[in-house]
Amino acid sequence: MELTRREFMKLCSASAVGMGLSQMAVPKLVHAMEEAAAKKPPVIWLQGANCTGCIVSLLNTAHPTIAEVLTKIISLEYQSNVMAASGELAFSYLDAVAEKTKGEFFLLMEGAIPTKDNGVYCTIGEENGKEVTVLEMVKRIGPKAKAIVAVGDCASFGGISAAKPNPTDCKPVSQIVSGVPIINIQGCPPHPDWILGTLVHVLLFGIPELDNLGRPKLFFGESIHQNCPNYSYFSEGKFAKKFGDPGCLINLGCKGPMASSDCPLRKWNSGVNWCVGAGSICIGCCSEDFPDGKAPFYTALPKDQWPKADSEIV
Amino acid sequence: MATQRITIDPVTRIEGHLKITVEVNEGKVVDAYSSGTLWRGIEVILKGRDPRDAGQITQRICGVCPMAHGTASILCLDDAFKVTVPDNGRIIRNLMLGANYLQSHILHFYHLAALDYVTGPDIPPFVPRYTGDYRLPAKLNETYVAHYLQALEIRKKAHEMLAIWGGRMPPQTAMVVGGVTCKPTVDKIASFLWRLREIKAFVNDVYLPDVLGVADVYADYKNIGRGYGNLLAYGGFPLDAQGKEKLFKAGCFANNTDMPFDIGKITEDVKYARYKDTTTGKKPSEGMTEPEAEKAGSYSWLKAPRYDGQPYEVGPLARMWVNGDYRQGVSVIDRHAARVIEAKKIADAMEAWVMQLKPGEPAYAESVLPDSSEGVGLTEGARGALGHWIKISNKKIENYQAVVPTTWNCGPRDDKGVRGPVEEALVGTPVADADNPLEVVRIVRSFDPCIACAVHLVKPSGEMKKFRVI
Repeated sequence: MELTRREFMKLCSASAVGMGLSQMAVPKLVHAMEEAAAKKPPVIWLQGANCTGCIVSLLNTAHPTIAEVLTKIISLEYQSNVMAASGELAFSYLDAVAEKTKGEFFLLMEGAIPTKDNGVYCTIGEENGKEVTVLEMVKRIGPKAKAIVAVGDCASFGGISAAKPNPTDCKPVSQIVSGVPIINIQGCPPHPDWILGTLVHVLLFGIPELDNLGRPKLFFGESIHQNCPNYSYFSEGKFAKKFGDPGCLINLGCKGPMASSDCPLRKWNSGVNWCVGAGSICIGCCSEDFPDGKAPFYTALPKDQWPKADSEIV
Repeated sequence: MATQRITIDPVTRIEGHLKITVEVNEGKVVDAYSSGTLWRGIEVILKGRDPRDAGQITQRICGVCPMAHGTASILCLDDAFKVTVPDNGRIIRNLMLGANYLQSHILHFYHLAALDYVTGPDIPPFVPRYTGDYRLPAKLNETYVAHYLQALEIRKKAHEMLAIWGGRMPPQTAMVVGGVTCKPTVDKIASFLWRLREIKAFVNDVYLPDVLGVADVYADYKNIGRGYGNLLAYGGFPLDAQGKEKLFKAGCFANNTDMPFDIGKITEDVKYARYKDTTTGKKPSEGMTEPEAEKAGSYSWLKAPRYDGQPYEVGPLARMWVNGDYRQGVSVIDRHAARVIEAKKIADAMEAWVMQLKPGEPAYAESVLPDSSEGVGLTEGARGALGHWIKISNKKIENYQAVVPTTWNCGPRDDKGVRGPVEEALVGTPVADADNPLEVVRIVRSFDPCIACAVHLVKPSGEMKKFRVI
């Protein structure tokens, strides 16, 4: 991988939690990067019950650019939205690569996996004239992966696809595959930095430190509320009564206290803005119970669930 | 000579899960089947929820065009809540939708369609690839590859531009019932305008010449992939508070005749779709749909929308035609051409719109969640005419329906056995090499399919039936 140290630091540096930035200074880093320089690990990106928002978000990566990702960091063997091959040529390649690079490839899963009626609600290709469900493919190649990265809420926790009443019995990838390390990158969709930062960390240092839900502590752990520019309004008891008013948006439904990520610091779309920066509430997409645990989005949290003025870690 | 069946599953370089099957006899397609292969049931998920949540949840119908669904959803809520959006709010919504058009059209030509005409570098994901009818001379091919890479940066900037108002992309959070949550300040206007100009320059100086260049080399595709030539637009981008004037007019064109658009003429058939037959032929506002995966003869999760009983194509070509902006023909090349010309039209319009914003004036009007109401929101997403319908009872969503562009285009046969637009467009196509059916995929991709959107939204009623795979 040809990522420079500078590029890697840019990727991770906005996180308030940080990865223990002292790690960046050790000579081990330089050595690890030199070692990894020549190799571009194979990546297979599968999509189940998804909306494609996660890969679109990844395409929005600022540093490194997506062109650099594809040419310098990974070998993107299978990804249905961008790959040149179609049909049988593509689908047979998927199977061949998973077998050939067994134990080396990373499976990036986008979307939840329908399991009702043998998973018939989502098929992703044909083999020998028969449609193959994403459930079958994940069970087949998941165990062959070096690690699985669940990209987004659907793959990590079920997300929108599994929202009540979960018509197709969608499940996160961690409930379909075991025996392989799984990292859950939450968000609907996740910020591209969280996806790439996690991947690069795995390539350079191995699996990052994960919380009890498999989420990298590198990016998730502090609530949106703790780092929100409106925090001082909250502390002073100044609340917006309608959109466009100055003040904390908690009465308009903001779920910032219940969502965990570094959005206020990292910001989105090359740092241009973020949800609350546009005067919107946070809908709590960075949480394991999105959307049901955060709905109704525009109804305020009950007062007894408001954080204390001295904020707590979510 | 025996008929040969060619199945392309998955169709890659689209959004979503699509399978295309063609039957080829004596080197030409004689029949075709278009099949959506994912069903999530977003509308079942919407039932019983706070109506305002629809504006966010429906954006997860699709991550490539969340803006389209967000717009239709919020318009339908505006209608149900009976609120009038202030001019600033209307303009900012148009700017956000327009920004996503630019992102989507650039993504489509370069990152979804181009690899059918241009060979990329010899590394995954650009290999493996079909071989055969790649005609570009090496130098020109190299230029287009460079533009492909440049376009990756430009489409990203289109999302940055959108996020200035929308907060982030995908999807945005600033659009709410009654307007938008953000304020039109001078710094945002300047920041938006300068990004828009950069993207506009790319559209004019790179994207447009590239489409014309490909059209030149692949000129036979001006006579391939026509289909019915029936074109439909609901209209989009309101230019006034009531939506009386729009950037894209509503209307339809068939049999060489322009006709006014009548929402009452939309129905959906399900004979060949995986839903109970008893629900066929209904208008969206009365649709009752129940999934039935093992139904004999069914082959798609997409329904078959019909207008006045006929199949119609939607999308940039339909819009440009109905508007009178492009009437050169209906074909693979014409779809790509109309798309880039539309991108130019949108970019020009946005430059004027952003200067109409009035800092200091409201962009949002308050409203009250009604106990019961109904609403409809019609708009044009990048891929075509889009409508959302809502019924609210006891302050909750009782019913939610959508008829989406790719359902129009990629839907299956209707109850009379009349093929959908993509299916019809494939018939008559010469296929030189069954292992590398470039002709087939070029036609399908010219429609810019988005299957996550297209799988019909089910009206929740009764329980889900249990069913087996055949």
